[in-house]
Parts: sequence; structure tokens; C-alpha cells
Amino acid sequence: MIPLLATVLIVAALLGALWSLVLLLLSRPVGKIYLLGFLTLVEIALAVQAVLGIVHLAQGHRHVQGVTFVCYLIAALLILPAAAWWSLTERSRWGMGVLLVACLVIPVMIVRMNQIWAGSSV
Amino acid sequence: MSEPDTPAAGLREATRSGPGRVLIAVYAVFALAATARSVVQIIMQFDRAPLAYLLSAFAGVVYIVATVCLARGSATSRRVAMVSCSVELVGVLAVGTASLLAPSAFPDATVWSLYGDGYGFVPVILPILGLLWIRRSGRVAQPAPTA
Repeated sequence: MIPLLATVLIVAALLGALWSLVLLLLSRPVGKIYLLGFLTLVEIALAVQAVLGIVHLAQGHRHVQGVTFVCYLIAALLILPAAAWWSLTERSRWGMGVLLVACLVIPVMIVRMNQIWAGSSV
Repeated sequence: MSEPDTPAAGLREATRSGPGRVLIAVYAVFALAATARSVVQIIMQFDRAPLAYLLSAFAGVVYIVATVCLARGSATSRRVAMVSCSVELVGVLAVGTASLLAPSAFPDATVWSLYGDGYGFVPVILPILGLLWIRRSGRVAQPAPTA
């Protein structure tokens, strides 16, 4: 885990959550395309984190629960694309609610990854 | 969506759009979390806490069934979703109480331990919201006859 990248990802995902919440409350998804663009950047950063995480793990610097860690890295990549797909077919404001949930899941997963990387118990 | 063509399409839309869409998303997250967690645990360290891991696997299956059935939104799948939400509610209450009374039986936590406190108590709220939503969307899809 790269602490800086993890922190940036947590902050970015929380910003995405706030953004989704505002659009949900406005009940008019104005500028939804910009939010989706932003989330694409977050997704790219998550992919970078997954690659770096697996490389670091393979270098064997740490004695951590490798399988669980890799599962988290890869599962985190599924969240945003799945949420984007599920929200795009919803025309009401609740499509934003789907993105809000997804953006809140990402920080939780990264915190768990940090805990596993730090070697604390499951 | 625009005016549904048939009652079945109306029921489907009522189930899977609006707040239901967010509910299904949360169910999908829990389906992924519980299933992935239990698969890893069962493969890696089944002997450590077999009961807990099997319960997590069971919970994962229940979440998957609820997610898929709510997303399908047909009359039959709504009935299946209602059963799985009920099983989920009974499960989280039973496992939550058991893990309080006999912590030694649960050396490793499950999704439902202590009423889901490891998951922000969402596991105990989710089945209630699911059941309420199935009831409400059923009513919306069948508006009172206008005479």
C-alpha cells in the first residue's frame, strides 16, 4: 500500500460521495457527466493501486494475508463501474443514490486494505 | 421510466427504480462482501471457525438471491425476495443474539455477528427496508381502480 495514494483515493471517493449527494438533493442530475468523468479518474487511480499493491505483495516485503488483500484490491475495481452502469439506467434522482453508496464503499474498503497491510487481524 | 405497457412491466419498474435502485445496490455490495469474505475464509482457514464461515457463506447466498430477485422484479421473484429478506432478518437476529450469549462459538466474526456491528448495523436494517420496499412497490404498481 502507498499511504499517499490510499489517502488521496479516500478523499476523492468522499468528494464523489458529496457530489452525488448534492445532485441527489437537487433532484436534477445536472452535470452528471462531470461526476462520471471524475469517478473514471478515481477508477484509474484504483487500478494503479491494485497493480502497485500486487507488485509490492509479490516482492514479499510484508507478511500479510495476501489472498484477502488481493481480493480487496480487485473487488474495489468492480464497485464504481457496476454502480455507474446501475445508475445510468435510472432516470430519477435515485441513480445518484447508487453512486453515493458506491463512493462510500470505496473508503471503507481502502481502510480495510490498510488494516490488512498493517498486519492487524481480520 | 415512461408509462409501462403491461402490469408486469409496471411491477418490475416499481420494484427496481426509485429508492429500490439504491436498495438493490446496497444488497449487491453485501452480496459481494459476504460471499467474497466467506470464500476466502473457507479456502484459507476453514478449521479455525467452520460455523462462522459457513454462516457467512449462507448469508452471502441470501444476499445474492435478494439482489437478483429484487432486480428482476417479477411477481415470482418478488415473492422469493420476500422470503430471503425474512430469512435474512431471522438470521441476523438469531446469529446476533447467539454471538452475544455464546461468543466462544464464534471465534471469528460473521456478517451477522452482534447484529452486524462490524458493518455499521446495516445487516439488521437492510432486511427491514427490503420487506418494506417490496410491500410499498407492490402497492404503487397496483393503483386503486379509478372509477
